[in-house]
Amino acid sequence: MKTTGMQQPGVYDVDQPTQPNSYRTGPDEQGMFGIYGGRFVAETLMPLILELEAEWEKAKSDPAFKAELENLNTHYTGRPSPLYFAERLTEHLGGAKVYFKRDELNHTGSHKINNCLGQILLAKRMGKTRIIAETGAGQHGVASATVAARFGFPCEVYMGATDVERQAPNVFRMKLLGAKVNPVTAGHGTLKDAMNEALRDWVTNVDDTYYLIGTAAGPHPYPEMVREFQSVIGRETREQMLATEGRLPDMLVAAVGGGSNAIGLFHPFLDDPTVRMVGVEAGGKGLDGEEHCASLTSGSPGVLHGNRTYLLQDGDGQIKEGHSISAGLDYPGIGPEHSWLKDSGRVEYVPILDTEALEAFQLLTRIEGIIPALEPSHALAEVIKRAPKMGKDQIIVMNLCGRGDKDIFTVGKILGVEL
Amino acid sequence: MTTRIDTKFASLKAEGRPALVTYFMGGDPDYATSLAIMKALPGAGSDVIELGMAFSDPMADGPAIQLAGQRALKAGQSLVRTLDLARDFRKEDDTTPIVLMGYYNPIYIYGVERFLVDAKAAGVDGLIVVDLPPEMDDELCIPAMAAGLNFIRLATPTTDAKRLPAVLHNTSGFVYYVSMNGITGSAIADTTKIEAAVRRIKQHTDLPICVGFGVKTAEHARVIGQYADGVVVGTAIVNQIALSLDAENRATADTVQSVATMVRGLATGVRAARLAAAE
Ligand SMILES: Cc1ncc(COP(=O)(O)O)c(C=O)c1O
Repeated sequence: MKTTGMQQPGVYDVDQPTQPNSYRTGPDEQGMFGIYGGRFVAETLMPLILELEAEWEKAKSDPAFKAELENLNTHYTGRPSPLYFAERLTEHLGGAKVYFKRDELNHTGSHKINNCLGQILLAKRMGKTRIIAETGAGQHGVASATVAARFGFPCEVYMGATDVERQAPNVFRMKLLGAKVNPVTAGHGTLKDAMNEALRDWVTNVDDTYYLIGTAAGPHPYPEMVREFQSVIGRETREQMLATEGRLPDMLVAAVGGGSNAIGLFHPFLDDPTVRMVGVEAGGKGLDGEEHCASLTSGSPGVLHGNRTYLLQDGDGQIKEGHSISAGLDYPGIGPEHSWLKDSGRVEYVPILDTEALEAFQLLTRIEGIIPALEPSHALAEVIKRAPKMGKDQIIVMNLCGRGDKDIFTVGKILGVEL
Repeated sequence: MTTRIDTKFASLKAEGRPALVTYFMGGDPDYATSLAIMKALPGAGSDVIELGMAFSDPMADGPAIQLAGQRALKAGQSLVRTLDLARDFRKEDDTTPIVLMGYYNPIYIYGVERFLVDAKAAGVDGLIVVDLPPEMDDELCIPAMAAGLNFIRLATPTTDAKRLPAVLHNTSGFVYYVSMNGITGSAIADTTKIEAAVRRIKQHTDLPICVGFGVKTAEHARVIGQYADGVVVGTAIVNQIALSLDAENRATADTVQSVATMVRGLATGVRAARLAAAE
């Protein structure tokens, strides 16, 4: 096993092992994972992210912060989420045993709440009085609006106009929760455009505003911070798997949009060489055209939204719009740590088409009585391909990171059902 | 190393007036019109030209400059074509400084080393790259200085006393003071605060200080020009270009003239600044 580019292993995270060749030591002090990550932001924002980093450093080693977060995770979110053996699906596929990490059962319906609770506690510590967030599927918007309501902050959510339309139930939920939803019409009106607009808000309201980024991307320290808040997924999985099966899984599978649910599941296992990991990107309508969001599979390194990472871009460095049936995966970039994990070969990244995700969505609904979100339906489609090729003694854990209630209108439309 | 920027500010200092720095988006609404606008600027009273490099995701820009970038990209603008603009302009004007302004990704994709060689050869004098703070100096700032280009950094109201030295370090040509926390095209901030900030920065550097963001009128230019070494006007010019276009966003007979007229008006502002101050 080989790691490259990491400097000063272990400076950041006291909890992390200091074994040589660890995959878990990044980022370095500049916020880099090898050549990825960094702080590519306007000067106006630089003091803010330095302040955030300082506060995060303090919080990370503060037992009171940890205790408060754990308490909320347990009693507000409902953690730990179950690790469920999908017996009928396993039988149907006829190969590896398939387990689901059921983060779709969390309060608000996805893994996004794990990160939002952590960050809202930081916002509170920093004395901020206003929350902004970007959202694609609306799950992060809902989770942000939820924690803002819980802690008494006003909240504004930027959401692409296309997504406002295809994720209407979540828009209404955010409004019920007291958040203001600002539709963004630039570009294709998806997550990338929402993030641009949230950054414009932040640069304008630097004094009172906390920017609650929803995925493991953006300028340092966000990728590391979001990963740490989401790693509860992987830590629980590890414990639960050891308790149930007495061993580690053979394979982890997760959908990657910006990469937060995937890094949350993967990170605690990165130094276990027997555990293979697969990140599933949105293949949209196919990688031969433009309508997909497979930035790792068919993009190249570039700089956007505060970090260097794999991006879908043209030869002039202009960012492409991309497409996915799933609003949460409809983003032409990816968190920087995934870019580094891809280059290092530790994690494999593959695309899944819209149509494959849709089939997986329907299969799970009928065979297990679970309606998954379209994002993890991508991960599921990959599990459906892989499990039959693996032995019955092998184990796959898939991150079932969101429930599909929000997607029934999109799916209904495609299936020709008037709702 | 002395660039055209250094020479220009030295001569303006001797003249006793601040610089008028004008921004427009390269390739908006099309290459030929954009070149004609650029050529008209010095005659209309612009001292320094900021040539915008179009980018699909201009996070620090308001709607006017976002739309200008989209028009330019739609008309086929690219970083290669923006360097062409500088080169074509230089055929007739070897003194007016050209500063490229934009975002890092197109430069990164072009290739930093190749970009610096080509930009220098095209007659570019300086770079303003919004998303490269001092923490990222190794990416472009230091190689640019080595290549003989000024790297002009933005100082903002959030740049506190502790940070200012880091911001000024490795800055050359001039310092661009962003008058407010916000995006381009917003309303002008409280000018007394701007003045205090400019005076504070002056205590730490001998570089000229230009103020931008929100400067739209000759009167703004006159007031800010009393203490700043230059004023930057961007959105107002970009808006003027947009206003002059037809329904399909094509240039009209009026486009270049109307921009020149606006710049002549702004130029009276910088020329009146010190007269007023002296009275
Ligand atoms: C249920 C669900 N899964 C996945 C994602 C993608 O984000 P990430 O890759 O950060 O987990 C989203 C984003 O909205 C989501 O709502």
